[in-house]
Order: sequence, then structure tokens, then C-alpha cells
Amino acid sequence: MKKFLSGNEAFAEGIRLARPQVISAYPITPQTIVVERLSEMVEDGSLTAEYVHVESEHSALSCAIGASAAGARAFTATSSQGLLYMAECLYYAAGGRFPIVMMNADRSTALPWNIYGDQRDSLSQLDSGWIQAYAENAQEALDLALMSYRIAEDKRVSTPYMANLDGFVLTHTYETVDIPTREQADSFLPPYETDNRIDFENPRNMAFSAGPDTNYIFKYKEQEGVLAARKVISETEAAFARTFGRQYTGLTENYLTDDVDYIIVTLGSIAGLCRETADKLRGQGVKAGVVRIRYMRPFPNDEIADVLRNAKAYAVLEKDISFGNEGTVFTNVNSALKKAGAAVNGSNYIGGLGGRNISAADIENIYTDIANGATGVNFIGIGGEDNV
Amino acid sequence: MIEILWLGRGGQGAFTAAKLLGAAYTIGADEKYALAFPSFGPERRGAPVRAFTKLDSKPVVDRSQTEKADYIVILDDTLYSPNLRSLLREGGRIVVNSKSAIDGALTFNAEGIAAEHKLPTVNTVMLGLLVGLSGAVSADNAADAIKGYMPTKIQERNIAALRRAAQEVSE
Repeated sequence: MKKFLSGNEAFAEGIRLARPQVISAYPITPQTIVVERLSEMVEDGSLTAEYVHVESEHSALSCAIGASAAGARAFTATSSQGLLYMAECLYYAAGGRFPIVMMNADRSTALPWNIYGDQRDSLSQLDSGWIQAYAENAQEALDLALMSYRIAEDKRVSTPYMANLDGFVLTHTYETVDIPTREQADSFLPPYETDNRIDFENPRNMAFSAGPDTNYIFKYKEQEGVLAARKVISETEAAFARTFGRQYTGLTENYLTDDVDYIIVTLGSIAGLCRETADKLRGQGVKAGVVRIRYMRPFPNDEIADVLRNAKAYAVLEKDISFGNEGTVFTNVNSALKKAGAAVNGSNYIGGLGGRNISAADIENIYTDIANGATGVNFIGIGGEDNV
Repeated sequence: MIEILWLGRGGQGAFTAAKLLGAAYTIGADEKYALAFPSFGPERRGAPVRAFTKLDSKPVVDRSQTEKADYIVILDDTLYSPNLRSLLREGGRIVVNSKSAIDGALTFNAEGIAAEHKLPTVNTVMLGLLVGLSGAVSADNAADAIKGYMPTKIQERNIAALRRAAQEVSE
């Protein structure tokens, strides 16, 4: 069934179809509509779940951890400072191997206080052990909601999953979304079953301490779990295409990268405008292309290196800055190339911070810049004042 | 692509109108795509708000704010400014809810039509005017969008007002 929905609402529809048994949420700013829609679904009986109002984001994720430890499929959502307030629990969820799914509306972090979109909140948590996906549009958001549990709960993975939607530009923007049927969803996603739960018949130690003699083994296994998601994501997308007819492309999505000179690597909802700009430049004889990163964890090292190594130059466009260094996505992309032994000129463009609009002209300028040999870290909208 | 910029005040329902237009455009049509979004940020009653609708025959992937609109629809005439013309595409039109004439804009007494239908706000009237003027969607599809996305008890009045407004300008 097709409906005209916002990214938040589309994600809530996907979660309804995924049948979480426990939803915990703190419904105050910077929370978004997704948890309101889910509470309405629980209220009207179209979703059978225990809906728990908690007193903070820290408690929201703690509650989801408890639910998952009882063997339930758990969901929560947050954004911005809310995600940062949960940070302590992110590590508990990942280390405990609880396959919780969380939607994060990517929004700016304080100060100055600002609830507009950028990606500094989730990118600051890359090391927490969660899988991190970034949607481009509302349909992909809904589809990620359905795929997320199948990936997270796979025994080879057993890792929590954070689905990121760009604040406002995706969460609050309405577009046509195809909602699968309940039968389709149920055939794609079986109920959650796990041994990693409290069971009075088979008591086991959970969420325990581990000293220096064994701790590193758990961390090694955690790394293996997130890395295993690479294969499981690909298998899940193949099964998804068979059931729903929509095909996704794994950790990255390439556009016009077969015969290419200049590439913008980016993530989230700005990718569409990058593709349109690449089309325009192709019309002028410039070999422009786009790589959209769909997953930041596990990171697509091979996928990125394979494409970028044949280009003359690349730019990483991201709504993030790691102060004192550069954008974190840029660091990750450079590492992928270095490991592959590829030497290509790259530069970093920081844009869209605090919700600032990124225009088609901004993106065209990036392609022009890298064709002219630009390097280093550039803030879109800052610099060039001397020329005014 | 057809782009519409809506200007109103918080509480007038400018974004609802933007959304209804997008929904109406895509109803029952596979090759029609729309995007609708508000000017982002905290919501305050009475504060100036903008909303955007983009309509196209292929998926709309440009999520940035409209820089050149085909129509600018203004729900409150105190928000009109001659500078808005710089946001218009060539041949574009400005439609204003106003009791007095404005040079360079089409004005309609939308409040009058809203009052006839006992509506506290003019958003669906302005949507009807746009439907009649642009022909971008049919009045029937716009009515279906109201049925799909507005609360049941106010659907009938809004549909009547929309049809009345569409008729007003198509004559």
C-alpha cells in the first residue's frame, strides 16, 4: 500500500511490521515523531508491544537492554543530546550482544543549542560497537527497519543496530512510501529466538565482569560479530529483494563510478543532490560520480578502495567534524585507501552543520575544487571572504 | 519539476496544505513523485513558516529548499513582500489571501470562502485556488488527499471549501 509519509512515520511503519515486543522511549525533545506514531499503534491495537515511558534516554536504552536480556525484541529511538546521554548504555548493549534496534534522528549537538540536522551525534559513537546504517529516503528508512532485526539477531552477528535518518531533511520530509503487507513482513522476519537471555530453567551468568585474562577475548568476539554483519547484510538484502522486490547494494551505493575521474563520497539524504549534480557535470563532459556510504559500521573498506583507486581525485562530504583533526568519515575513507595501497588525492568538505542548507551550487563547487587539485579540510560557506 | 513555496503563520496549516498537494499529486499514479517539507526548526504559533512542495515525473532527490518556485502561495498578506519575486521562476505566480489588491500578485478573499464553510483557517482554500490555477492536480485527487490525511470530522467542510475555491479561479 502506498502512503505519503515522513521519514519518521515510514520508519514507524517498518517497526510495526517487525513486531517488537518492548518499546521504551523518552518522548521529549530532541526525540522525534517516530515514538509517538508507535505509541498510537500500540494504543489502537495494530502493534502488540509493551510500551514503556521512561524518564530519560539513559533509561530508555537501559530498559531495552533489560527487555532484550529477557529474550524480547526491543526498540527505542533517540536523537542528538539524547543519544549522547545514552552513550554509557550503548556500550553495555553492544558488549552484552543484545540485538536491539534504535532509530536515531541525526541532529546537531550542543553548544550552541540547535535541534537541526547534522551527523555529529551518531558519528561520535562509531566506536560503541553498534552497527550503523544511514538511510537516504523514507522508503529506505522503512526497509532498514525491517532488515535491521534480521541482521542484528543473526547468530553470527548478535549486535545492536542503529538506523540513522538525517534530522528534518529525512525525518520530517513527506514522500510516497510503499508499505509491505503483514504477510510479506512475517515471511521475511521470523520471531526473535535466543539463548542469550534470562531463563530460570537454564540459569546462566549475564552481563558479568571479565578481568584482563579474558576481557580481550570478548572484545575480539565483538569485533568479529560486527565484521560478520558484512556478509549477513548482503544475504539479508538478497532475501529482502526476493520478498519485496526492492534491491539494495550492501555497504555502499555507487553512481556513475565505472568510468570516473572525480568522486564525492557522502552519506545520508544529501546523496540524491550529489547524483543530480554528477548528471549535470557528465552532460558537460566532466566524469563525475558518487559513492554513498550506507553503513559506517561495519565500514566498507574494500568497496570504497575498489572504486576510489581509479579516480583522479575524491572529496568526502559530511555533516561532521572531529575537532582538532578532520571529518571522521574522511579519516575512515583515507584509511581504506591506505590499506589498499592506493594513492589518490582526497579532500574533505564539512557542510550542513546545524541544519545549514547544502545547495546544488555547493556540490558543483566541490567537483570543481577537486578537479583543480584541492586538498585539506574545507568548511562549506567559510573561506573566500577576501574575494567578497 | 513544479515547485511550490507556501508562506503562512504557525497554526494556519501551510505545511498541511503543502503535504495534501504532494499526496494528491501521487494518488493512484505510479509515475508521479512528490516531496513536501516544512521550514525546519522549533514550531511556534503565529511565527512565519515556510513549506515546500516539489512535484515531478521522476523521484525527487533534491531535498534542498526551493530557490526558484513556480507558485508562491501566501496564507497571510502581512507576509507578502515585493522581494519574494526573486524566488519566482520566469512565468511564476504569487497567490495571496488578501481583501485588497496587490500589484504583481493574484489576490483572493480566501477568508471569505473559509468563513462560508465554517473553517477557522484558509489552508485548504488556498490549496483549492492553487489546484484551480495550476491544474497540477485534479480537484478530485485533492479531495481524496483530504480524505486520506485529515481527521474525519473536518473532511467534508474542507473538501467543499477546496472545490469552491478551485471553481472560483477556473471560471
